[in-house]
Amino acid sequence: MPMTITEKILAAAAGKDYVKPGELINAKVDLVLANDITAPVAIKEFEKIGLPGVWDKERVALVPDHFVPNKDIKSAEQAKMVRDFAHKQELTHYFEVGRMGIEHCLLPEQGLVGPGDVIIGADSHTCTYGALGAFATGVGSTDLAAAMALGETWFKVPESIKFVFNGKLNPWVGGKDLILYTIGKIGVDGALYRAMEFCGEAIEQLSMDGRFTMCNMAIEAGGKNGIIQPDEITRQYVEGRTKRPYTFYTSDPDAQYAEVHEFDVSKIEPQVAFPHLPENARSIREAGNVEIDQAVIGSCTNGRMEDLRIAAQVLKGQKVNRRVRLIVIPGTQEIYRQAMHEGLFDIFLEAGAAVSTPTCGPCLGGYMGILAQGERCIATTNRNFVGRMGHAGSEVYLSNPAVAAASAITGRISHPEEVL
Amino acid sequence: MKLQGKVWRFGNDVDTDIIIAARYLNSSDPAELAQHCMEDADPQFSSKVKTGDIMVAGKNFGCGSSREHAPIAIKAAGLSCVVAKSFARIFYRNAFNIGLPIFECPEAVEEVKEGEELTVDAATGKIINHTTGKEYQAAPIPEFMSQIIDAGGLISYVKGRVNHA
Repeated sequence: MPMTITEKILAAAAGKDYVKPGELINAKVDLVLANDITAPVAIKEFEKIGLPGVWDKERVALVPDHFVPNKDIKSAEQAKMVRDFAHKQELTHYFEVGRMGIEHCLLPEQGLVGPGDVIIGADSHTCTYGALGAFATGVGSTDLAAAMALGETWFKVPESIKFVFNGKLNPWVGGKDLILYTIGKIGVDGALYRAMEFCGEAIEQLSMDGRFTMCNMAIEAGGKNGIIQPDEITRQYVEGRTKRPYTFYTSDPDAQYAEVHEFDVSKIEPQVAFPHLPENARSIREAGNVEIDQAVIGSCTNGRMEDLRIAAQVLKGQKVNRRVRLIVIPGTQEIYRQAMHEGLFDIFLEAGAAVSTPTCGPCLGGYMGILAQGERCIATTNRNFVGRMGHAGSEVYLSNPAVAAASAITGRISHPEEVL
Repeated sequence: MKLQGKVWRFGNDVDTDIIIAARYLNSSDPAELAQHCMEDADPQFSSKVKTGDIMVAGKNFGCGSSREHAPIAIKAAGLSCVVAKSFARIFYRNAFNIGLPIFECPEAVEEVKEGEELTVDAATGKIINHTTGKEYQAAPIPEFMSQIIDAGGLISYVKGRVNHA
């Protein structure tokens, strides 16, 4: 029977030859993940089960990245609980401040996720790893606790939607624009309970970083997972990096899809998602005159090396508008070091930007860049819900790093062509 | 179990940041989370809600973050259940796992108004609007989810499995 890549990975993890959408299965997981917000709740639930230890010390990753370096005493208590648990359980993959990064940038970089894996994480953007041809999805803390005990979890096999991106990308258009455009077309519940499979000529030419960005935001359309078939670009990324053996799965040509959408990317301009939902995406040429107070370049969506290079390309020799704060956040320590060696920090600092240690802080209104009432921010992050980055009366606009950098220079939402 | 209370209405795509803003996630204490439930939509919400009250909302309820703090905040605020047109999938799973009853019933959501009195039969999914006298039927709960509820939640279910291993 023909299957999609998502169905094949789930069938293998469930020890079956074949699964079909709607079927409930128990599947082995290759890695489970939690952060400093979700792990404390998971640890409390795990302790109720009464087992002395987790199912596998090598396969539980804990990444404190939301409120660290600790922003206040309560955050410090949460981070300490995660740290104490990691040390007591002798977990291999616990990442302390100074060695850590934003979880979804860090895990692929460290080779902890690979093609064909089944991964659950107590963070909705766990779907990022679909970019490597893995089945990865977000769950809550209790589900995570159960998987820490059993090394498996239950899934309803999702139907798949196929998104085919034909043609060549326009200048300044990347993975972020393709996914914002897609969410704009299908809506924030357009892929509810379903797998989003991205393919076509434009995806085949997309860098690994651009693919991570696309799969990262599958959840913003309600998707259970985002996924891209692994290819030569995937192989180059995982070779010498991914620690466990991996398998390249591909969809059968006659696999069944609930829907198929085809887009001509040559018609897609850089996108901006207006408040207060990611589906409010429009072409930057239709953005109008939107003045901004802050720009944020970073997050698990766009805090990777390619993103920082693009931002630097726009900011080189330029100055951030005097009314604007620009905050740049490399996704991991390795990205931080690389950006430093390439001289990108000189460009950011000379432009008047603040450069931060890796953190999820501003993306979720945690700390570092909170907005006051009435303020507007353009951000390369993934959500622009009411109050997402601070006051309920503030606004977040989502874009790619080039648009965020250009907007920081002009002080209003701008196409990179305006400043170059 | 019969769930009964006054209706609090919200729109489509109620996200997890509205249910409980991330600025309060430096705590996982249910009582503390309850105080800030729905704060950015209605700052007085937590003080107005009475035990047993019912939240009614449109499509894609609970979209956004995986934070289990969201259903915990709703439950701890005293709400007995949520009736919506549809739920985001992580929220759906979390609600069952922590024991917050939720029901999908687009027909009821179309007609029920804020302040009306509802009874929801948790076992059958039958919804009665006492203000208008109309009855609705929510989508049945999948059998596997019922097993988790019957076991006393996911952790008790897993505990049972571990002890039998």
